[in-house]
Amino acid sequence: MGIKETLPNNGNHSTGSEPATHVVTLVEAVNLALARAMEQDENVVVLGEDVGTNGGVFRATAGLKERFGCKRVMDTPLAEALIAGISVGMAAQGLKPVAEIQFMGFAYATFEHIISHAARLRNRTRGRLHCPMVLRTPYGGGIHAPEHHCESTEALFAHIPGLRVVVPSSPTRAYGLLLAAIEDPDPVIFLEPSRIYRMVKQEIRDDGIALPLDTCFTLKAGTDITLISWGACVHETLQAARELDKQGISAEVIDVATLNPIDYATILASVEKTGRCVIIQEAVSHCSVGSEIAAMLAEKGLFFLKAPVGRVNGLDIPMPYFQRENLYMPDVHEIIATAIKTMEYA
Amino acid sequence: MQFTTTPYTEHQLIEPGGNATGTLPGWMQDQDLLLKFYRTMNLIRVFDKRAIALQRTGQMGTYASCLGQEAIGTAIGCALKTEDVFVPYYRDQAAQFLRGVPLYQLLQYWGGTEWGNHFTGTAREDFPNCVPIATQITHAAGIATAFKIRGQKRAALVTCGDGATSRGDFYEPLNLAGVWQLPMVLVVNNNQWAISVPRALQTGAPTIAQKAMAAGIEGFQVDGNDVCALYEAIRYSLDKAHAGKGATLIEAMSYRLCDHTTADDATRYRSHEEVNAAWLKEPVKRLQTFLHQRGLWDEQKEQQLITDCQQKVEQAVKDFQSQPQQPVDDLFDYLFDTTPPHLIVQRERTKQKAARLAGGNHHGH
Ligand SMILES: Cc1ncc(C[n+]2csc(CCOP(=O)(O)OP(=O)(O)O)c2C)c(N)n1
Ligand SMILES: [Mg+2]
Repeated sequence: MGIKETLPNNGNHSTGSEPATHVVTLVEAVNLALARAMEQDENVVVLGEDVGTNGGVFRATAGLKERFGCKRVMDTPLAEALIAGISVGMAAQGLKPVAEIQFMGFAYATFEHIISHAARLRNRTRGRLHCPMVLRTPYGGGIHAPEHHCESTEALFAHIPGLRVVVPSSPTRAYGLLLAAIEDPDPVIFLEPSRIYRMVKQEIRDDGIALPLDTCFTLKAGTDITLISWGACVHETLQAARELDKQGISAEVIDVATLNPIDYATILASVEKTGRCVIIQEAVSHCSVGSEIAAMLAEKGLFFLKAPVGRVNGLDIPMPYFQRENLYMPDVHEIIATAIKTMEYA
Repeated sequence: MQFTTTPYTEHQLIEPGGNATGTLPGWMQDQDLLLKFYRTMNLIRVFDKRAIALQRTGQMGTYASCLGQEAIGTAIGCALKTEDVFVPYYRDQAAQFLRGVPLYQLLQYWGGTEWGNHFTGTAREDFPNCVPIATQITHAAGIATAFKIRGQKRAALVTCGDGATSRGDFYEPLNLAGVWQLPMVLVVNNNQWAISVPRALQTGAPTIAQKAMAAGIEGFQVDGNDVCALYEAIRYSLDKAHAGKGATLIEAMSYRLCDHTTADDATRYRSHEEVNAAWLKEPVKRLQTFLHQRGLWDEQKEQQLITDCQQKVEQAVKDFQSQPQQPVDDLFDYLFDTTPPHLIVQRERTKQKAARLAGGNHHGH
């Protein structure tokens, strides 16, 4: 399989009923999906800081206000708790708010609304009310950004019952998964790896078709070892897999994509086949999504594992200011070294 | 029934043309202080321009310019007493400099090392820059509470932007400052924009100053381009705090003449006309005209000052660039008082990684 990377050319706009095709980056794919969702469902509204006139600090919402008006694309006052809280209220009223938090490091003020309300409104009311909202935020390091702009704290969200946590790792998956997140009747935290916002372009048919949530994507088939990752690290993982191939080690690469709930069936089937596994994540290791996958493998995969589960993580420290950021970021070398060590067990 | 609202008028001593608006207060006889205002604002303006150039040429990270807002930091820095604590946001270069933070250290912060926050001297209890908007105001209320508990004659002075006033972290400590009569001064740099969002979209109230009323504290608007008016307002508020008479909210009316940061392009959301009009009110020229009129300044002094500022800034750039690379240990050894064992393991592993990366050996074995 592998990611289909196409040559850049200009997107041609839709004529008649045939959906237009665009060659876009990940952040442009987010923009396409938002526009498509707003077109298809008038209940979809976008809100956040600088999302209207400015089109978002990363341009994810560019052009939406011009197209859909300021009642559906709202520049809010600078208040994250407010953004999350009004999204809960709007969602309970049948709107489908897609709220942007400018960076994941500023999402912490939303926790009370997200954890205590969005995630459990359906459960608390035994289904009478529910909360079809999406909270989008760019996340992750490696972009030379100031402090608090480089967080990978997806585990904080993945820990919460009642939340879906979704991470795209390519333009195609950003488009399809964001449409799915917006269609979903429950709250979804949609984490966009800013490091790969503009890394590759892919051809996308703007057909409004969602990809499945709660499903891993197998990006490369292999027989010797399973490499599991999500978000920006998928790219280093694929690179490592290609290097390992050259060394005669056939690596299967899985993009987890939905971090809660996790598609354990796909992961287990792969590890049953290969018997070896390395989990790669940018987050700190302690109490992380990687820890959870490793725990599941210890519970359910012990008898077909031929080696301990390997892990490549960020460090258990806050992301260093950018001069030393690269020491924190997992790299291809570490993935290869860990994979080889895992292969060395008889 | 008829409700009334308190009108807020902008406190001003020198109007944009450089003329006194009325009888000037006695402290303005202090020529040295007036010249200190002027020199500091100029130095920071030269510094700011150089910092942007460093970012543009890849020698520094994202930088938040304070162009047009130099008067606020200058007035704060001059008004604070050594024993007070300053809690900045991120456009307070002038105040931090006056608190004794060397210019090269300001560059270190934006240049991507935590050592840029390691203040000594007068600033040793000051907080570092605060990026999560408005959160610093709550910390300042805590600092002021500590002063109050200990019966110390000290004040916490905290800054934020106009956008910050929309957050709970603005309202909650302001409210507390009223309830507990805290020795706190909150200076809002109302530069009219929060990235692309204009002030009118942050609050439906005509002023930010009037939010003080709901908190039960004193609040007023000051011309944020008039360093003398700012100084007077801040001194008044600090004196009040030192005397145990409670907190003050100051809304400093300024304008962000620059982009939000070097990562922003303000032409996307505001007009040249608006920016050009704001240039007519900027603080440096205003004070210069005033000083000229009083015979305190001339062309020769101006030339000397420009040369002097440039030298100081170039020296700061040199000092910034000649700082040694932060050792790997520093990433681990400041997280806790005592570094726990698992971090010691990671620290040693990271040293090997640093050596590998320094060797330029990217993959391979
Ligand atoms: C809690 C939080 N939300 C969002 C951001 C991103 N952000 C950085 S500066 C800024 C605008 C701040 O505007 P204002 O308070 O007016 O200060 P100014 O930058 O204009 O001086 C925003 C939204 C942030 N740093 N922290
Ligand atoms: Mg502002």
